[in-house]
Amino acid sequence: MVEKVKTLMYKPERIRNIGIVAHIDHGKTTLSDNLLAGAGMISEELAGKQLFLDFYELEQIRGITINAANVSMVHEFEGEEYLINLIDTPGHVDFGGDVTRAMRAVDGAIVVVDAVEGVMPQTETVLRQALRENVKPVLFINKIDRMINELKVDKEEMQKRLAKVIASVNNLIRSMNKEKYEAGWRVDPTNGSVAFGSALYNWAISVPWMQKSGIGFNEVYNYCQKNNMKELAKLCPLHKVVLNMVVKHLPNPIEAQRDRLKVIWKGDFESDVAKSMMSCDPEGPVAFMITDIDVDPHAGEVATGRLFSGTLRRGMELYILGTNKVNRVQQVGVYMGPERIEVEEIPAGNIAAVVGLRDAIVGTTATTEPEMTPFEEIRHTSEPVVTIAVEAENTKDLPRLIEVLRQISKEDPTVKVEINEETGEHLISGMGELHLEIITHKIRVDKGIPITTSPPIVVYRETVMGQAGPVEGKSPNRHNRFYITVEPLENKVVELIRSGEISMKTPEGERRRILEEAGMDKEEARNVVDLYEGNAFLNMTKGIQHLQEAMELILEGFHEAVRGGPLAREPVIGMKVKLVDVKLHEDAVHRGPAQVIPAVRSAIFAAMLSDKPTILEPLQKLFITVPQQYLGAVTREIQSRRGQILEMEQEGEMITVKALAPVAEMFGFAGDIRSATEGRALWATEHGGFAPVPQNMQDEVVLKIRERKGLKLEIPKASDYMSL
Amino acid sequence: MLIFIGMGLYNEKDISIKGFEAVKNADVVYVEFYTHKGAWSLERLNDFFGREVKELKREDLEERAEEIIGEARDKNVIILSGGDAMVSTTHVDLRIRAKRMGVETKVIHASSIISAIPGLTGLQNYRFGKSATVVYPYFINGRKILPETPYNVVLENLRNDAHTMLFLDIREKCMTIGEAVEILLEIDRKRDKILSGKLAIGVARAGSEDALVIADVIEKLKNYDFGDPPHTLVIPASLHVIEEEYIKEVIGASLR
Repeated sequence: MVEKVKTLMYKPERIRNIGIVAHIDHGKTTLSDNLLAGAGMISEELAGKQLFLDFYELEQIRGITINAANVSMVHEFEGEEYLINLIDTPGHVDFGGDVTRAMRAVDGAIVVVDAVEGVMPQTETVLRQALRENVKPVLFINKIDRMINELKVDKEEMQKRLAKVIASVNNLIRSMNKEKYEAGWRVDPTNGSVAFGSALYNWAISVPWMQKSGIGFNEVYNYCQKNNMKELAKLCPLHKVVLNMVVKHLPNPIEAQRDRLKVIWKGDFESDVAKSMMSCDPEGPVAFMITDIDVDPHAGEVATGRLFSGTLRRGMELYILGTNKVNRVQQVGVYMGPERIEVEEIPAGNIAAVVGLRDAIVGTTATTEPEMTPFEEIRHTSEPVVTIAVEAENTKDLPRLIEVLRQISKEDPTVKVEINEETGEHLISGMGELHLEIITHKIRVDKGIPITTSPPIVVYRETVMGQAGPVEGKSPNRHNRFYITVEPLENKVVELIRSGEISMKTPEGERRRILEEAGMDKEEARNVVDLYEGNAFLNMTKGIQHLQEAMELILEGFHEAVRGGPLAREPVIGMKVKLVDVKLHEDAVHRGPAQVIPAVRSAIFAAMLSDKPTILEPLQKLFITVPQQYLGAVTREIQSRRGQILEMEQEGEMITVKALAPVAEMFGFAGDIRSATEGRALWATEHGGFAPVPQNMQDEVVLKIRERKGLKLEIPKASDYMSL
Repeated sequence: MLIFIGMGLYNEKDISIKGFEAVKNADVVYVEFYTHKGAWSLERLNDFFGREVKELKREDLEERAEEIIGEARDKNVIILSGGDAMVSTTHVDLRIRAKRMGVETKVIHASSIISAIPGLTGLQNYRFGKSATVVYPYFINGRKILPETPYNVVLENLRNDAHTMLFLDIREKCMTIGEAVEILLEIDRKRDKILSGKLAIGVARAGSEDALVIADVIEKLKNYDFGDPPHTLVIPASLHVIEEEYIKEVIGASLR
């Protein structure tokens, strides 16, 4: 098997780099396992039971996938062998970061949808992530057996329901990427880009397969009713049907790179490296994008990623763009299940694992060309909303804990780690309660460091609802003055900054156009000098001497204000800061960082506190499906958590409630909903944005955070930041 | 009353007799060392004045200004600075604030580098343009920012045929003439490329017994050891005949 992989990796037209994406519990990992078993990579008895791709002990306990895992397998289609490089990704909302990263490495995706539940919120999220990276989807509708045996729908109803699932997936594709939809990315059962089956019972059908085997929906229906799955799996083996679909409908690296490069790379398309990436040339310069970093107990850090050009060889030296460092490649390898097989070299178009890139982090570009433009940053759709404090139980573990925390933030860019060497109390922020639970488990069990953790803490945001200023900010020596106004930033602009669609790296003309389209005034759009974490800084002054020299420091003052606002030192979002006038000292020594940064920060604080400073709290969207008799219990659970019911949808006996609730009230929800519904609720969450905390609660929230952070126990006022 | 007293150029003996007597009779005496670096220390000042002198860091003087000024409401409070108290400091702001708080202020002057430089270099005080401080680069999030103001001042002065007096940054350490030359030349290489080969004069420890003055081509100034601080760098414009004679004959430079 290894030999076949080694041969095929030199034939890019015979390679498919794919991911499997789905809403949680729709059966991704079971599908991956059975594909692997079918391809002879693991034994058939193990597959489907042991969740082979859930390497992580905790993954097997919880029955969900946490990290993206990599495997390679060989599949025969129409007399030719193909190399399938597969990444399984998690479906739980708390691990969305892994999905985004995996999408950079692959060219196609199998979207798995549960036939009973249909398209769910994460189906939408993961599909969006795929389409944004120009990753082509095919559809696998899973759990057909449940539809027949549990819901007991008749043949006609089954066809109707399946058609509905396909239509809603196509609606999503069309709304997310119209151009690609019209160019043939619509999934269509008649051409074979949709397959139906049961990942658990190891069978699948598609229209091309029906034509060949004579097994259609009728036959499937009958086999299922008789519960004769074994026979069905023989006639319609899952791996053959699904992998045939992959080979036929998903692009090989040569086609895909030509199509995807413009989305994931913004360099000069006339350059050598561009030409080499466009043709997937193994002879060209190395262009390797790192999408995952893991620690192997023997080899140390393993960087996994996609090789877009050139050939990776042991001993070669690569520039780690953005660090000025050169690292030597110690090992190169390909994946087979949990094993990394060392090889001499890996050519362009493959997913490669490399040991020795010590200075790389997830998202970096490693290359032989020091001048190469790096790949676009990988965009993360959600951001940390929950924090916990961790402390080592034994003082001897202090240094190791810091090392482990640094490692974690290197591996998972959606985790924010704040290390405090003085107090030993470190803060970890993540995308949800479960996300943090996994991380602390990793520290305790994998790394063997006993730690104590605080209860989870919500990460709030600060913003301004009114319009205030100009406020005068004075430097400590008072020889420098900054006149500043603040106001809410246009919602659309905030979204564009946060999604990474616009930044100061966007060429100026284009940036101005996008800002104007998003509703910003023309004059203002021209004066934007910084976009930072969902906030904007505008220089409205003209012709002030020495301002250019002070600007970096002014912006640092702005950044400091944004990183921790005046109310409770929580991050600020949605604020537009305008610099309307400046008076500077003549000599550079009297307007250094110690003078300018605090002056600007205080001016912003004073302005924010002058008119409706506001605390925003993170919300979670909830999707709860229960048998009808539990509706009352569900409603009570939501309402007791300041939740708001948005929508209810009934399908047969089941009812799905969509609601929005503050993260602050959601701790412990898993247990409560389980007991309230006697374990009958199926539920999922998704990031639901931010909303102001109710006005009568704001002071209480502010004081609670201030107390925790050891700040003065008073609601701050504008005058605190204005000196005489 | 709040009294600002200059301690003069180099050591405790450079203070005026008026200043000395005021210190002797004051209720509280503070000193700041962050705007000018001489040979003084807290111990030497305590010994010399025979009384307690308390040090104020920059943060103290800036953030606790109200408190210190308030103290002067019914006491005589002195703030000692190197050189002349209002030259190249930001203390004028303290006088404004004291005035607003209804506290009287006074300045007792002393010798300053501003007048010592013409004396030591032979350059006429009439012919100096703006002065500036050569500052060390700042690092913001690992990014180096090097203010070019001192270079701009030199250019502007040269355009006006005026000499430039450059003070050197004081951080944890005092900038040396060699470092200042390095920084100016670094900017010059990126910018107008006019400094290289020009005459410059380095002055160390003005006001001391071993004051050192060396005139040479700017890049060669890097090769001299000027010794202890404070250092000052002068970039002359064209030289008047008397200035030229002084530099040749008294300083001993070989001018082309």
